[in-house]
Amino acid sequence: MQKITAHKNSFSNFTFSLKKLPWEFFLLLITALVFTLSAYASPYFLDVWNLSDATFNFVEKAIVALPLAMLIICRDIDLSVASIIALSSVAMGFAAQYGFAIELIVLIGIGVGMLCGLFNGWVVTRFDIPAIVVTIGTMSLFRGMSYILLGDQVLKDYPEGFDYFGQGYVYWVFSFEFMLFLVATLFFYFLLHKTNFGRRCYAIGNNPTAAFYSGINVKRHRLMLFVIVGALAGVAAVLLTSRLGSTRPTIALGWELSIITMVVLGGVNILGGSGTIAGVFIAVFLMGIVTFGLGLLNVPGIVMSIIIGGMLISVIATPVLIRKFSQRS
Amino acid sequence: MMFKKLLATSAIALAMLSSGAVQAADIKIGLVVKALGIGFFEAANEGAQEAAKELGGVKVIYTGPTSTTAEGQIEVISALIAQKVDAIAVSANDTDALVPILKKAQQRGIKVISWDSGVAKAGRQMHLNPSSNSLIGEMNIRLAADALKAGNFASGDIAILSATPTSTNQNIWIDEMKKVLPNFSQLNLVTTVYGDDLADKSYREALALFKTYPNLKVIVAPTTVGILAAAQAVKDQGLIGKVYVTGLGLPSELAGHVDSGAVHSFAIWNPIDLGYAATMIAYNLVKGEGSETKISMGRLGDAMLDENGEAAMSEPFIYDASNVHKFADIF
Repeated sequence: MQKITAHKNSFSNFTFSLKKLPWEFFLLLITALVFTLSAYASPYFLDVWNLSDATFNFVEKAIVALPLAMLIICRDIDLSVASIIALSSVAMGFAAQYGFAIELIVLIGIGVGMLCGLFNGWVVTRFDIPAIVVTIGTMSLFRGMSYILLGDQVLKDYPEGFDYFGQGYVYWVFSFEFMLFLVATLFFYFLLHKTNFGRRCYAIGNNPTAAFYSGINVKRHRLMLFVIVGALAGVAAVLLTSRLGSTRPTIALGWELSIITMVVLGGVNILGGSGTIAGVFIAVFLMGIVTFGLGLLNVPGIVMSIIIGGMLISVIATPVLIRKFSQRS
Repeated sequence: MMFKKLLATSAIALAMLSSGAVQAADIKIGLVVKALGIGFFEAANEGAQEAAKELGGVKVIYTGPTSTTAEGQIEVISALIAQKVDAIAVSANDTDALVPILKKAQQRGIKVISWDSGVAKAGRQMHLNPSSNSLIGEMNIRLAADALKAGNFASGDIAILSATPTSTNQNIWIDEMKKVLPNFSQLNLVTTVYGDDLADKSYREALALFKTYPNLKVIVAPTTVGILAAAQAVKDQGLIGKVYVTGLGLPSELAGHVDSGAVHSFAIWNPIDLGYAATMIAYNLVKGEGSETKISMGRLGDAMLDENGEAAMSEPFIYDASNVHKFADIF
């Protein structure tokens, strides 16, 4: 069924930017509304330092959400991202224990992420196994490796200065993490919307067969996307490890779902073929503000999950409902 | 539809605001637990609210993540920092990962203590342990003596059923037990066996004890797995009233055995007292009361701090037929 709809839309979706503009606008409107409501509800919300502190809780996830959006547009998915973060954090922890320099530790973190991504991509493309199956497997595999390597131990011999990535500020209230997220957003915006590489994502997402026959090396493209997702998971591992100042195998446990939630909330079609970086960018803030705003009101986490779940379902349901109503009229 | 959803959200938000309104003069203490929805911590909150009521002008914000992760706790703690609470008392999911955010809290003038599950020294001002090793050891022997008395035995053999031979906590406690044993001449310790904290192995070790030591009167199990398995063994072998089981256990697991008589009494920390003590200490820190070595815990007396800034709340709390059912609902 998924294929049929994709066939139907394969041409119309190429004009995504115009068609999707109201979607981002809609998302932006909700974000502004939630922002205003939060500011009204809590006297502590409109405080630059509080807002700056709040960004720490979501930018690491957001940095992985950007490349993951591209992967999902390509009809693939990576559920192992949180486990990749754990494994590369463990690798960095051991590197730090051996007294490696900061630059090398960071490189190892990102490198391990890329290797994990490469492994995911290789299995998916080489054996034609659905990405969701492979990455459910590697989700346990990478996490399991972290547990075996570390057990109930903790690695915390990070060198002086390593804390800058997750705790440092570039200028005033702007943290290194946050600035890196802005740079990453620009990079992925450019990559997805301004390059051939990005256009191929939509082509493959809409119809892989057609894309293949039009001369796109579909497998290589998907493989590269997995590697990019892995690399950014490695970057997130650097930031998170630096922010916590320590590594345990449970690090980033359960993050894959919040990361995918950001992507889907941003209007990326979970079946592939459509979505924008701008949408994901706004969704990241929407989720961040909702979480922080409700947190300030000491709303229990479980109620927060309900609200975010409700938001997500509404977001997925809205386009479907709009289509239904427009077809009727 | 989205609009309705938004209306609902804002209604909830406003409702939360009005119910959560705090007077500006109140001292706000954030009680952060490992995860919400755990009976043990709900009970600790009960104690914290009791302390707040007793003190007056104190608002306890009971909060925690939905799952027991360090990242979730950090998110919750940063929300507390943003609300400018006066103190944070945390039962940590991770000794080390919480240090940076708690350091930040301290930099912003917030008093930080850990309780139950500690934070590394750099991240907190003090840590409140539910009890201490020597108090736990002594309590276990006292419980054995009580069990002997309950069975109207003048004296008798006792055996220890521990976890694994390498369990750090249990080994320390057993050493502490042996230290106080000479004061209880009616107790004759015959052996220490290991059930490896496995239900079936502990059960079999208990059966072996019955056979090897016909004069055995009490099994002391300083482990929740062991005490449960031994109590089951006593019941299954029809030895109720002849052999008593005691040690450290959970009320919810042992309530039935207390009813049957296999267990006369046992001990474990009292979570209500723990929440109460943590709140009292946090309050006193905010008020600048107490010293480097001593701080008041209200009705529970003074906490004595060691050189690491750690203190023990009290000896383990005794549970018997009079109170076990009340706590069985909690944890």
